[in-house]
Amino acid sequence: MSTSFVLNGKAATLDADPTMPLLWAVREVAGLPGTKFGCGMALCGACTVHLDGKAVRSCVTPLSTVSGRHVTTIEGLASTQAKAVQAAWIKLQVPQCGYCQSGQIMSATALLETNATPTDADIDSAMSGNICRCSTYSRIRAAIHAAAESIKG
Amino acid sequence: MPAKNSASSPTRREFLKSAGAVGAIALTIGFEWAGSTRRAIAVPAPSAGTTFAPNAFLRIGSDNSVTVIAKHVELGQGAYTGIATIVAEELDADWAVVRVESAPADAKRYANFAFGMQGTGGSSAMANSWTQLREAGGKARAMLLAAAAKEWKVPVAELRVEQGIVYHAGKKRQATFGALVPTAATLPVPDKVQLKDPKDFKLIGHHAPRVDAPAKSDGTAQFTIDVALPGMLVALLKRPPLFGGTMKSFDAAAASAVPGVVKVVQVPGGVAVIAKSFWAAKQGREALQVEWDDSKAEKRSSAALMEEYRRLADQPSLPARKDGDAVQAIKDAARKVSAAYEFPYLAHAPMEPLDAVVKLGATSCEIWAGDQFQTVDQANAARTAGLEPQQVSIHTLYAGGSFGRRANAGSDYIVEAVSIAKAYGADGTPIKLQWTREDDVHGGLYRPMYFHKLEAGLNAQGRLTAWRHVIVGQSIIAGTPFAPALIKDGIDGTSVEGAANIPYAIPNVSVELSTTTVGVPVLWWRVVGSSHTAFAVEAFIDEVAHAAGQDGLAFRRTLLEQQPRMKAVLELAAEKAGWGAPLAPGKGRGIAVAEAFKTFVAQVAEVAVDKNGQVKVERVVCAVDCGTPINPDIIAAQMEGGIGFGLGAVLYGAITLKDGRVEQDNFNGYRVLRINEMPKVEVHIMPSAEPPTGVGEPGVAPIGPAVANAIFAATGKRIHVLPFSTSRAT
Repeated sequence: MSTSFVLNGKAATLDADPTMPLLWAVREVAGLPGTKFGCGMALCGACTVHLDGKAVRSCVTPLSTVSGRHVTTIEGLASTQAKAVQAAWIKLQVPQCGYCQSGQIMSATALLETNATPTDADIDSAMSGNICRCSTYSRIRAAIHAAAESIKG
Repeated sequence: MPAKNSASSPTRREFLKSAGAVGAIALTIGFEWAGSTRRAIAVPAPSAGTTFAPNAFLRIGSDNSVTVIAKHVELGQGAYTGIATIVAEELDADWAVVRVESAPADAKRYANFAFGMQGTGGSSAMANSWTQLREAGGKARAMLLAAAAKEWKVPVAELRVEQGIVYHAGKKRQATFGALVPTAATLPVPDKVQLKDPKDFKLIGHHAPRVDAPAKSDGTAQFTIDVALPGMLVALLKRPPLFGGTMKSFDAAAASAVPGVVKVVQVPGGVAVIAKSFWAAKQGREALQVEWDDSKAEKRSSAALMEEYRRLADQPSLPARKDGDAVQAIKDAARKVSAAYEFPYLAHAPMEPLDAVVKLGATSCEIWAGDQFQTVDQANAARTAGLEPQQVSIHTLYAGGSFGRRANAGSDYIVEAVSIAKAYGADGTPIKLQWTREDDVHGGLYRPMYFHKLEAGLNAQGRLTAWRHVIVGQSIIAGTPFAPALIKDGIDGTSVEGAANIPYAIPNVSVELSTTTVGVPVLWWRVVGSSHTAFAVEAFIDEVAHAAGQDGLAFRRTLLEQQPRMKAVLELAAEKAGWGAPLAPGKGRGIAVAEAFKTFVAQVAEVAVDKNGQVKVERVVCAVDCGTPINPDIIAAQMEGGIGFGLGAVLYGAITLKDGRVEQDNFNGYRVLRINEMPKVEVHIMPSAEPPTGVGEPGVAPIGPAVANAIFAATGKRIHVLPFSTSRAT
């Protein structure tokens, strides 16, 4: 059975079990491994992607539910906010092991796309679903503020 | 880990020209995109032109590429960047072109001097790379200079190097490293080289951005989970639900009926479902019917174990340190203080659940993993496969965290993957073993549970005269091949480190160990012994200071006169934190200091406790002395990360057993720190010309007691049972 949707701006049809979580469909069927598996229960955020522009946990999103919708993974990030977030991540040397960072960047980008000047409380609320076992949290917070600043110019 | 000193000097001439070279061409992991499937394949290093490889740690291409070969795995701790910083400094390379590649499994060339074999741990990467890699870079630089001198017919003394270019001012000539490669590759490697005066360092102690930050910010960094080889299958393993359980029988019918499931195989560790995709393997594993034999399994509960540990603390134990007569001195003391501390099992829970890809054939075994223990894993994989160690090759990839988990004597996840590939038929089919988070949380090899009992005696003047510390818990080392080297007179050094070497000047000290036997597999966890001993020592010294009517900082200082580096970080942290300045009601400040792996760290925590007893750690000021600071930003990052990691553990971390069964499953039951709980962290690095020591682990040690002491300052309540969430409930 196949599911058709827009993946990173391009039409995609994936031939896979429709109950397969989107995470595994993008990783193993579409060949986009930037989105990571961390818990399988929407507890850690490593698998965060954008579904119609909103951050969702792809590990609990059945492939069938994205039919006809827009999915963006770390590989497809292109917005001004996304580029600013990624530049800030490098500038502030956020990643350590790096495994959770695709998910962190997807959540941070979704936040900035709806809130140009997030407060610390906004960051807590948007980012507390994303675990980083290396605890890069201070730099994640600083990088989100830096990205917001850089967009304002 | 075996502390053997078998430093083999890498001075042996080892040239290779990649075009038509005789002997080894270094292999790197490359990636090819074929349709929608990402494939990781082994490809030779770029073959265009000549490569200059004066030693096992460095390759310079005629294309000006500078490749540093890392014998340590990059787990997030910044080893790749630190290693490259050292080489590039002495080489005077252009930092922008330096890249890092993982070393193959080869203990002869790539042993960690701290272990006498290849592996990463004990915060040892910088300490044991320092001289080796400075020389590697310096000798290569000397050869490039000699090549320029030869080509231009000028004395070496008239040459200078800057960012990968050799200059001769008089003749107005310059050449890139790449242009000098063909000549340099024909020259002898010098026996000795003059290393730089530290005042001339341009990278060491300065800013060298992480080599892995760009790839870890756009999703292209390659982890084991991302390896996709042609025809690769995915396996999930169903393991016994109790530690020590075994498989009695299984029925594969329902699992085999799941579309995509290829084969169900029995292996020593359980029953594996091998499928064309993770999802099929997972569904297959859920459908698999297995009957377990629990007759020999560990069936006790955590509460019962702790009850036994408390009893054992009053029974005779083995001495780990004995100065004077602590028992008598406590009896004679004007004032006695005592306390006990309880520590739970802790899981490492790295973000990337354990995984390994194995391609096993009749005469070879190829492994892809975030491998932390190459020599051990190579030997265990060979034994499992029925091959010789040299028939096992390991591609070490970025590891999505470890905190000690990926380095274990039994190579659990590697052996599982090899045994599955063997049971499948050892026909060269690549198989990826993927653990789930539940597998990880249930999977054992935890930081052991411990009970600590402490007593102290103060004289009439409030001086600390006696200290008795009894530790009860499992040994990490017992039963492993490291036991002969690391267990002395019945004392596992990892059980008592941080306690037996208590830095305070106390005339009578007794540190004792009672080692327990429990059927729960245990392992080192970030900062190893100091993950519990530092808490016990630093929380108790605070209780003793309070009993003596003294300030925690002042009390420690008087006991650290003989420990200048420890005293200095303590004073620096206190000064930067504004120790002694008034705080609002409901807030408190606590201090702690620890030495781990020869690095000294002091932290001051500021907490706010609300009416419901909810603790918010608002600020942590950290001072660290790790010898010569190689990469200050990475040192700061490791302190920040260590603080967050340790804080999550003391606030929430606990693996508990109920009738032998682990009660936690995933990040809901096994809570870790989240961004809203991360304090503001300030890191101050002590200037030093001492040899560098590690920073991956030591930052974890003081945070727990600093916070516990701050909670006491805020509330008057002491924490004796970890995690704090448990203490609040009792």
